[in-house]
Amino acid sequence: MPKVNQPSVTIDHDKCIAAKGCRTCIDVCPTDILALDEEGKVHMAYDQCWYCLPCQHDCPTKAITVAIPYLLR
Amino acid sequence: MSAITTAIRQMETDVLVIGGGTAGPLAAIKAKEKAPGTRVLLLDKANVKRAGAIAEGMDSVNNAVIPGYATPEQYVKEITIANDGIVNQKAIMAYATRSYDMIRELDSWGVKFEKDETGAYAVKKVHHMGAYVLPMPEGHAIKKFIYKQIRRLGIAVSNRLIATRLLVAPDGRIAGTMALDSRSGEFVVIRAKAVILCTGSAGRLGLPASGYLFGTYENPCNAGDGYSMAYHAGAELSGLECFQINPLIKDYNGPACAYVTGPFGGFTVNAKGERFIKSDYWSGQMMLEFWRELESGNGPVFLKLDHLADETVTRIENILHVTERPTRGLFHEGRHTDYRSDLVEMHISEIGLCGGHSASGVWVDENARTTVPGLYAAGDLCNVAHNYMMGAMVFGMIAGQDAVDYAAGLDLPEFDAGQVEREHARVLAPLERAEGLDPTDVEYKLRRMVNDYLQPPKVTRKMEIGLDRFAEIREDLKRVKAGNPHELMRALEIHAIVDCAELAARASLFRTESRWGLYHYRSDFEERNDAEWFCFVEVRKGPDGKPEIFKRPVDPYIVPVGDDERDAYNQLRIETAAE
Ligand SMILES: Cc1cc2nc3c(=O)[nH]c(=O)nc-3n(C[C@H](O)[C@H](O)[C@H](O)COP(=O)(O)OP(=O)(O)OC[C@H]3O[C@@H](n4cnc5c(N)ncnc54)[C@H](O)[C@@H]3O)c2cc1C
Ligand code: SF4
Ligand code: SF4
Repeated sequence: MPKVNQPSVTIDHDKCIAAKGCRTCIDVCPTDILALDEEGKVHMAYDQCWYCLPCQHDCPTKAITVAIPYLLR
Repeated sequence: MSAITTAIRQMETDVLVIGGGTAGPLAAIKAKEKAPGTRVLLLDKANVKRAGAIAEGMDSVNNAVIPGYATPEQYVKEITIANDGIVNQKAIMAYATRSYDMIRELDSWGVKFEKDETGAYAVKKVHHMGAYVLPMPEGHAIKKFIYKQIRRLGIAVSNRLIATRLLVAPDGRIAGTMALDSRSGEFVVIRAKAVILCTGSAGRLGLPASGYLFGTYENPCNAGDGYSMAYHAGAELSGLECFQINPLIKDYNGPACAYVTGPFGGFTVNAKGERFIKSDYWSGQMMLEFWRELESGNGPVFLKLDHLADETVTRIENILHVTERPTRGLFHEGRHTDYRSDLVEMHISEIGLCGGHSASGVWVDENARTTVPGLYAAGDLCNVAHNYMMGAMVFGMIAGQDAVDYAAGLDLPEFDAGQVEREHARVLAPLERAEGLDPTDVEYKLRRMVNDYLQPPKVTRKMEIGLDRFAEIREDLKRVKAGNPHELMRALEIHAIVDCAELAARASLFRTESRWGLYHYRSDFEERNDAEWFCFVEVRKGPDGKPEIFKRPVDPYIVPVGDDERDAYNQLRIETAAE
C-alpha cells in the first residue's frame, strides 16, 4: 500500500480500533484514500483529500484529524 | 494477465441508477416506491452513505419555489433571464411545479429547513428578482435521512463501482453498463432495462489555482465520467460552452457563502470596501463583474462580514463551519482570518461543467429522458439550468418514475459481446503495463492545459492550440501505468476529463459570440448575437466516431419574457463603483 509523506490526514493509533475490526473511515471516504497498511494500521494512502470530513465525523473514537492540504493551507 | 484482471462479474437489474449522491438516491427511491416489484440497483464509485455533494449537508436550498414567495412561472422567468434566454423552459417548469412537494417530503423524512415563528418556510431573497433561497442552518444530516429511505425500501446498493461505459443494444437502446470495482479490480458487466445517470458535474476539468488536484469546488469524485459515458453511448450533450465558474474563498476553493451571509447582512466588496454588484446570486453575468473587479485596480474581491454584530457572526460560523464544507473554519484559522475583524479574500474557481450551477450537460426533456432510449440523466450532469440540489432531487424523482414505466414489460436488451471485450481491454490496460506514465502527472498536465487554453476570456487561437494538446494527451493515455485498482480508477477518470475538455473546446469554438457573462466570454467575439445564436449548441458522437456539433432551436417559451425584463441580469454592476 502506498503512503503519503507528511499526510494531511492523520490517525491517532492509540485511539484507533481498527484492530477490533473497525473500517468506518475507510468505508466512507469518498475519494477512497484511507487504507490499512501491512501492520493493519489505518493511514492516508493517497494525497487526494477533499478535506470534506466524513472520516473524522464518523470515526467512533475520534482518532482522525483532517488538516487542510499543504498546497492550499 | 494476473488473476485480478481476468475476473468478470455479471449483475442484472431492471432499473440501474449510476451515482448515489443527490439525484441518484431520489431516482432509486421513487422508482422503488412506484413499482415495488421492480429491481432497482444504485451504484456509486464512493459509498452511497457519504457520497456526493451533500455528504456533509447543504447551507440552503438555492432554488425553493414556495407558495406565498414565488410561483413556478416567476421562477421559470427568472432562470430564463439569468441564462440569457437559452433554456428548456418545460424542463425548468417540471422542476418548479414539484419543488415545494419535494421540500415537504424531505421535511417529513426529518430534514431541517429554516422556518419562521408561524412554522412557515423562511425564504430569503438572494436572486436578482425573486425570493428563492431557503436556509438550512441544521442541514448537515440531509444525506442520513435520505439513506434511511434507501434502507427502508430495501434498495440494492453497490459501492466502489466506477461505471466506465454504457452498454448499447443493436437498435440503439440502452442495455446496461460496464464498471470497475476500485477495490478488487474486478471488471463488472451490469445488464439493465433502463439506466439513470446521476454522476454529477465535471468537477476535475480545470486545475484549481492552488495546484492541488483534489482541491476542487466540486466533489472530486465527479470527474466528468457521465458526460463521457453518455457521449459514447450516442446521447446528445448540450451547452458545453457554458462553463461553470464560481466565486469562492481563495485557495480553500469552497463557497464563502454569500447565500448564507447575505440574509444576515454580509456582502461582496472590492479592495476599497465598496459594493460593486447588486446581487450575489451566482450567474455568468455576476461572475463577469466579479472577474472584472479582480482584474482591475480595485481588486481583489472580499466577502465583508466585519460590520456585523458578534452574535450574528457566531450564528454564521455555526452554519459555515459545520455544514456543507465544514473545514472552512479550520482554513480561516490557519490564515488567521476572523470574520469579526477581517475580510475574506475571494477568487474565482477553475472551470467545470455543471448543469446544476450553469446551463450545460446531457440533453434531457421534461421527463429526464436523454436522446438515447432507456437512458435518463438527472442532477448536475443534465442541462436543466441552475437546478442545484433540489433540482437534482426532483429530476432524480422524475427519471425514476419514468424509468419504471419504460422498463415494465421490456426484456433485458441483448448487446454485442464485442463491446464488453473492447471495454475490458481498455479498462484494464494500465494495470497490465510493466511501466508507463504516472496518472497523477498526466492529469496535472491535462488540467493545467485546460486552464491555459479554455479559462475565459476564451480566445479562438488558444482554444485551437488546446485541442492539439488534448489530442496529444489522448495519445499519452495509451502509456499510463496503474499500480493497483485505485490508481486504475484515477487513470480511467483522465479519459473522461480529456473527453470533457475536447467537447467543451469544440462547443466554445462553434458559438462565435459571447453569452452568459464570463461563462462564455470570447474576447474575439465580444458581442451577444441573438440573430445567429439564440439556440443551444449540441454535440454528439457522429457516425465517424468524431464529435458532431449542431444547433438546437430553443422551444417556444411557455412563460413569456417581456422585452423590458430580458436584460435584467446584464445590469448587475453598481454604477458608482465603476471607474
Ligand atoms: C461545495 C458545494 C456547495 C453547494 N451548495 C449548495 C447549496 O447551498 N444549495 C443548493 O441548492 N445546491 C448547492 N450545491 C449544488 C448541489 O449540491 C448539486 O447541484 C447537487 O447536489 C448535485 O447532485 P448530483 O446528484 O448531480 O451530484 P452528486 O451529489 O455530486 O452525486 C454524484 C455522484 O456520482 C458518483 N459518481 C461519479 N462518477 C461515477 C461513476 N463513473 N460511477 C459511479 N459513480 C459515480 C459520485 O461518487 C457522486 O456520489 C453545492 C455544491 C457544492 C459542490
Ligand atoms: S476529509 Fe474526506 S477525502 Fe479526506 S480522508 Fe476524510 S473523508 Fe476522505
Ligand atoms: S474510523 Fe476511527 S477507529 Fe475506525 S478504523 Fe478509522 S480511525 Fe480507526
